[in-house]
Amino acid sequence: METILNIANLGKTYKSAGRALTVLDNINFSISAGSTNAIVGPSGSGKTTLLGLCAGLDSASTGIVELNGINLGNLSEDKRAQVRNQYVGFIFQNFQLLPTLTALENVMVPLELRGEKNIKARALDLLDKVGLADRGHHYPAQLSGGEQQRVSLARAFSNSPKILFADEPTGNLDAETSEKVVKLIFDLNREAGTTLVLVTHDLELAAKTHRIIKIKGGKLIADDKTGNE
Amino acid sequence: MNNAPMDNVNLKRTINFSWLFKMALRDSRRNRGRLLLFISSIVFGIGALVAIYSFRYNIQNDVNEQAASLIGADLTINGNKEPDATMQKLLDSLGEDRSQERSFPSMVYFIKSQSTRLVQVKALQGAFPYYGELETTPVQAGRTFKTGKNALVDKTLMLQFNAKVNDSIKVGNETFLIAGVLNKAPGQTGISSGIAPVVYIPMQYLDKTGLITVGSRINYSYYYKFGSKTDVEKLAKKLDPQLDKAGFGYNTVEGKKEGTSRSFADLSKFLSLVGFIALLLGCVGVASAINIYIREKIQSIAIMRCMGVKASEAFLIYLIQITGIGLIGSVAGAILGTSIQHLLPYVLKDFLPITISVSISWMAIGQGILLGLIISILFALLPLISIRNISPLNTLRLSFDDTTTMRDPFRWLVYVLMLLFIASFSYLQLDSWASAAVFTLGIIIAFLILTAIAWLLIRFTRLLVMSSWSYIWRQGFANLYRPNNQTIILTVSIGLSTAFICTLFLIQQLLISQVTLSTGDNQSNMILFDIQTPQKKGVADLTRKEGLPVLSQVPMITMRLEKVNGKTSADAKKDSTLNISQNAYNYEYRVTYRDSLTSSETITSGTWVGKAEPGKDIPVSAEERFAHRINAKVGDKLVFNVQGVLMNTYISSIRKVNWNKISTNFQVVFPTGSLEDAPQIHVLLTHVPSNTVSAKYQQAVVRQYPNVSIIDLGLVLSVLDDLLGKIGYVIKFMTGFSIITGIIVLISSVRISKYQRIQESVLLRTLGGSRKQIFAITALEYLFLGALSALTGIVIAVGSSWLLAKYSFDMPYSVNFLPVVAIFFIITLLTVVIGLLNSRGILNRSPLEVLRSNA
Repeated sequence: METILNIANLGKTYKSAGRALTVLDNINFSISAGSTNAIVGPSGSGKTTLLGLCAGLDSASTGIVELNGINLGNLSEDKRAQVRNQYVGFIFQNFQLLPTLTALENVMVPLELRGEKNIKARALDLLDKVGLADRGHHYPAQLSGGEQQRVSLARAFSNSPKILFADEPTGNLDAETSEKVVKLIFDLNREAGTTLVLVTHDLELAAKTHRIIKIKGGKLIADDKTGNE
Repeated sequence: MNNAPMDNVNLKRTINFSWLFKMALRDSRRNRGRLLLFISSIVFGIGALVAIYSFRYNIQNDVNEQAASLIGADLTINGNKEPDATMQKLLDSLGEDRSQERSFPSMVYFIKSQSTRLVQVKALQGAFPYYGELETTPVQAGRTFKTGKNALVDKTLMLQFNAKVNDSIKVGNETFLIAGVLNKAPGQTGISSGIAPVVYIPMQYLDKTGLITVGSRINYSYYYKFGSKTDVEKLAKKLDPQLDKAGFGYNTVEGKKEGTSRSFADLSKFLSLVGFIALLLGCVGVASAINIYIREKIQSIAIMRCMGVKASEAFLIYLIQITGIGLIGSVAGAILGTSIQHLLPYVLKDFLPITISVSISWMAIGQGILLGLIISILFALLPLISIRNISPLNTLRLSFDDTTTMRDPFRWLVYVLMLLFIASFSYLQLDSWASAAVFTLGIIIAFLILTAIAWLLIRFTRLLVMSSWSYIWRQGFANLYRPNNQTIILTVSIGLSTAFICTLFLIQQLLISQVTLSTGDNQSNMILFDIQTPQKKGVADLTRKEGLPVLSQVPMITMRLEKVNGKTSADAKKDSTLNISQNAYNYEYRVTYRDSLTSSETITSGTWVGKAEPGKDIPVSAEERFAHRINAKVGDKLVFNVQGVLMNTYISSIRKVNWNKISTNFQVVFPTGSLEDAPQIHVLLTHVPSNTVSAKYQQAVVRQYPNVSIIDLGLVLSVLDDLLGKIGYVIKFMTGFSIITGIIVLISSVRISKYQRIQESVLLRTLGGSRKQIFAITALEYLFLGALSALTGIVIAVGSSWLLAKYSFDMPYSVNFLPVVAIFFIITLLTVVIGLLNSRGILNRSPLEVLRSNA
């Protein structure tokens, strides 16, 4: 199977109060295209840092991050931005919608950046898929948390990403809404054939993926297949 | 592993400007209120400058159109001595039509009201003015008054003495019928007619007035009209050496045009500089407002970066937004400026010799908008370039990394550009690189002082806060140094605003106090001059008879400077390294002789010699500014021409003279034993206790000695007071823009801290803090910041106004502390009130609502 993400000897060190603080140390794994994966670990274990490095939001102190065959370590932040635009989708715990754009415009932004045509129809179609066809002209502040996360989902899939990174996608939602959002993530993921990497505390959610990567104290301590195929 | 080759990946996306514009517009949607602050910071500054620029352009046009009527002829030749035969021959040979005028100060006597007043008498012969006219009521009087024994009397005089047309006026020994009220003469301004009101009489009656005597200070003017074929400029240049030799000067329409434009350029430069201060305050406002704006946008920028927006694209989105908003602000400023320029001719009408038209100046509007755009962009650049450093990681966790790194070379480039802008713009206003450099350096120093004070405050407050203090005090003071404090930015912006406003205020006070002359009981307030030697005793006796003191009576001799260390005017003209002003040779000096110094004089170098030794060079004392003008020092030799007799002198001392004191002060003082036999006039100083005594005394003097002129300082002071009132009005009008901008900047600066304090105020409330406690904490923080910033700003203002007074205005310095203390309290109070008003919005909402909207 094609590898979409390859992590080798990855390490990240920050300087804090004049001291070097190692957040990630010698992480190695590969993720196959189309698979669903969860990164789990206690608070402060480095899982969000790992997601940031995998998605090209930050640069590693040591090691290699290859996304779709591109070594992100060789790229400037601007080049990494273009890689994200072409291959990556994001879902955040805090939804991270642009507050001054309507739901529809939020979904359109990644497509507009790529200079694609007929984007409005495509964005409306995605909003329809997440059940918000009639809320396209609402601003984020006019939507509930669940609705905002669904808009965020539609946006994440708008550029047909090869890989989707989700950081605690249900962390800010109630149980009922969480369930709906999780279902949507997995349905859309399956439909689009996207690779899913989600960071979560929620072991129940993690169990729905093909594979669980466990991090503790900045080290990879387990890499288990869940048996879901 | 099946890797996609790098070559297949297109990472060379070109910038799509139409999308950037679309995003800029979208992003601004819900922030327009905030951007309004940014707009309002520059609106008033740009408004002030557009108004002044429009006024300047309109004046240029009007001067060009009305220049001929400013001098009333194609060529005028002036001198202050009677032309000799050769010169007279030349003067009589010029022009197709010619007129002549003799003017001199003299007393006139209004018979009906039995009042006297010093005026400028102008005896006119010929059809002058050839362009424009003597505007009179009735209209025809301006042309017909020369046909009989008539006079035209300035309207201010007519009003002052309640005179009517057909009343009589006595000039010297002759009585004239007032044929008309003089409303305006070529080149005359409201102010000049207030200071030296004019009375026109026909020249044929001049001799009969008996006012032309030895020592009379008469100006001889000759007005010429030429045919259209004559190149007057060329002719005037040809005549120049001849005229110069004879001590005459000339003026042409072109020359007058240049001279008038130049003097207006000076006026508008002064106004522009005041406007520029409003604009500089606006710059502080722009920087503060954009700083808040970008801080609030960090999350949005991080989201965009996550989705693939490049750093340069994110920067451009906000640059487009700022440019757009800057454009709106500049256009609004230009509209405001174009509207208020209608007020400027009204505000300045008394200073203008021409009718000012008010029309839209597209040039001024263009300049204003361009300037607004440059400022908006330049002063927004510091926060804007930090956009490039906003990491997409902020979407995952808010980074506390400072995005404004001092190692960023662009940051230093922006600092340099800002300084270059301030220096270049000040240069445009001040016309001197040295002054522009001092101005820019002053701003840098003020900026550094404020930053240092804020830095020290942060250090010291940390040490000062005691655990024994109540929670409110501890929290209020701790806010000054805790992470994300706004101590530096608030101190700098509030301090700079205070410094600008307070400097303007102090300088205005100084200028006004400078000319408010003291007229105490023992000081002279009336000067009698042009007293002939035979009249000297009679006038003094008359003064005493009226019960008035003769405070001093000094002789005055007129003379010209012939040589400085053997160098004549021609030598000085040829050799500019001599550094001798040409005017020094053309000027008619009025000097005196005495054996001692007066109380208003101090010797700064050399020795005072009170008596001349016969047969030797005469030791004279030169006033320091006069010595500077002729580039002379103690021991240098001067030759004076005393009505044909050359006198060899040398500078034995250089004096400093307090010109503000009302006494008879002189540029050159001779010792006794030198000028006693020269033709001379005398000046007498006295003190009149009231207007009634003054009127009675003046009548008595004028009746007995019609050639004696009297300056009533009470009247001069009231004219000065009126003039200062008008100047003060202009200054206040322009300062108003700075004050409004300063308040807007203050609001904008304090809003920054609102952004910083929202979260923790809400948390405090959630944890059970009462509204009163949070109000008290907020009030304490702003009270301390406001007071310290205002105090530092005032100290800077006192320093800068002292420097300006000493080096720019050359006047003694004093501070009126009461209004300064008022400024301190107003600024401090405004900071606290605006701070509390900002917090009120948060405190009135439920904590949950705020926490939710921040989530």
